[in-house]
Amino acid sequence: MMHKGRLSRVVLLLYGVYLLLPLYWLLSMALRSNADIMGDFSFLPPTITWGNFGEIFSNPVWYEGFVHSLSYVGINTVISLAVAIPAAYAFSRYRFLGDKQLFFWLLTNRMAPPAVFLLPFFQLYSAVGLFDTPLAVALAHCLFTVPLSVWILEGFFSGVPTELDEMAQIDGHSFLHFFLRIFLPVNRGAIGVTLFFCFMFSWVELLLARTLSGASSKPIVVVMTRTVSASGVDWGVLAAAGVLTVLPGVLVVWFVRKDLVKGFALGRVS
Amino acid sequence: MTSFKPRNNRAWLGVLPVLLIVAFSAVIPLMTVVNYSVQDILDFNSRFFVGFEWYRETLRDPRFIEAFLRQLLFSFTILLIEVPLGVAVAKGINRNSRFTAVTLILLAIPLLIPWNVVGTIWQIYARPDIGLLGWSINALGITYNYTTEPLHAWVTLIAMDVWHWTSLIALLAFAGLTSIPAPYYQAAELDGASRWQVFRYVELPRLRGVLIIGVLLRLMDSFMIYTEPFVLTGGGPGNATTMLSQHLATMAVGQFDLGPAAAFSVIYFLFVLLFCWVFYTSVVRSDDA
Repeated sequence: MMHKGRLSRVVLLLYGVYLLLPLYWLLSMALRSNADIMGDFSFLPPTITWGNFGEIFSNPVWYEGFVHSLSYVGINTVISLAVAIPAAYAFSRYRFLGDKQLFFWLLTNRMAPPAVFLLPFFQLYSAVGLFDTPLAVALAHCLFTVPLSVWILEGFFSGVPTELDEMAQIDGHSFLHFFLRIFLPVNRGAIGVTLFFCFMFSWVELLLARTLSGASSKPIVVVMTRTVSASGVDWGVLAAAGVLTVLPGVLVVWFVRKDLVKGFALGRVS
Repeated sequence: MTSFKPRNNRAWLGVLPVLLIVAFSAVIPLMTVVNYSVQDILDFNSRFFVGFEWYRETLRDPRFIEAFLRQLLFSFTILLIEVPLGVAVAKGINRNSRFTAVTLILLAIPLLIPWNVVGTIWQIYARPDIGLLGWSINALGITYNYTTEPLHAWVTLIAMDVWHWTSLIALLAFAGLTSIPAPYYQAAELDGASRWQVFRYVELPRLRGVLIIGVLLRLMDSFMIYTEPFVLTGGGPGNATTMLSQHLATMAVGQFDLGPAAAFSVIYFLFVLLFCWVFYTSVVRSDDA
């Protein structure tokens, strides 16, 4: 039973329109030929063509861009979860020397503007021979996905009563058995949400991805900017690529929809 | 991190992997930046120590000061719009209807679009010749062209950021609102509270926690904004929409001014930290009082 006036309904509705119109326009451009786009203005596409999508699926520069992006996003998500889960458990269950300072210091990394790290990243990853590999971008994105993962997971884990840990101990389970078989399944939702956030921040980032990838691992977001700077922009193909970059996000959000809202509050809704 | 927790220094073992990763991806690069910021680097074999010279120069550089003021104006404008709008949108969402999940997923979509695609979408949308928005405004008889008019570029940039990020505040606020137990509302109703009073004395206090997170995230991220203006306006017309990150990227990668760019980086990072710390402590202090 939430108090709500007619006003907030109207705001929601108007905002919905504001949100959807640019998306509609993107889709509508993707379905037009360039002659239609540059020709007379019309709200609906005069004729629908799938040629722009065809171009993307037949040109290796485009579809390999998708593969490169998905591979660094995947690697980043695995690394982030693997290191953040034990850390979040430690933060949520124990006090230890310097824990508060450590937690805050981790968060400061989330605050660091990526532009600050452009040059050193370039040199560091060149020096260790990782430049122009998906692993380099994945590790660089750990700069913000790892602190965020720890932050979210700690919020969720703190909400799980410690009685769960104690019961398992009384039942004679080993810690590893408890952690893998009892604790993690209980926190499935939390892990799903964290996965969503790692995916989201790694998938949407351009600056570091562009700096750390050369010719052989060019991600889709970079392929798109190259098209923009070329003379005579191919608006239709650009819009089609844009539509395709929206799809993975929609898929992921569909899978975590139940825990999404709590995840946005970083597990801290009391 | 509250309540009773046993003290156990072995918990450090759990934190160790995070430390290693963050050391590699943050500490080493940050130290490199600090190191560069006190040197004059002609090439990597001839460099010499210059102390705080680059810092003094950066703080006096009119282009830095302009970019900084522009950045402040931008961040505060979008906060002033996005926070109230986000809360209003969240209040409009029905809590238990078939459409709740769909509404939430729709709201989440802008957050999941790569940032340069956000720029591209708005470029396509706002262009006076092929864009729905740009064309419509011009059709109404108002001359609008964000590529030539600084003011129009600003309005477009802010409209884009509002489109991109209000959802974050709305989803946070919705999470906060759903956590309010029904008896709170019933009690308010018994007391004959007006709608505004319910919002002010029941809902707002419960929203405090999530809104702190929301404002912090928006403050940090808007201060780092790079990709969206880079794609939309390229920082132009002139330097009208050049924010701090873009200025820095031009210095570091475009002109390869290592020393000054590094000093800029350190100052920039410290400013972001300072803002967040001031905001966070002032809010937490008033919480304790």
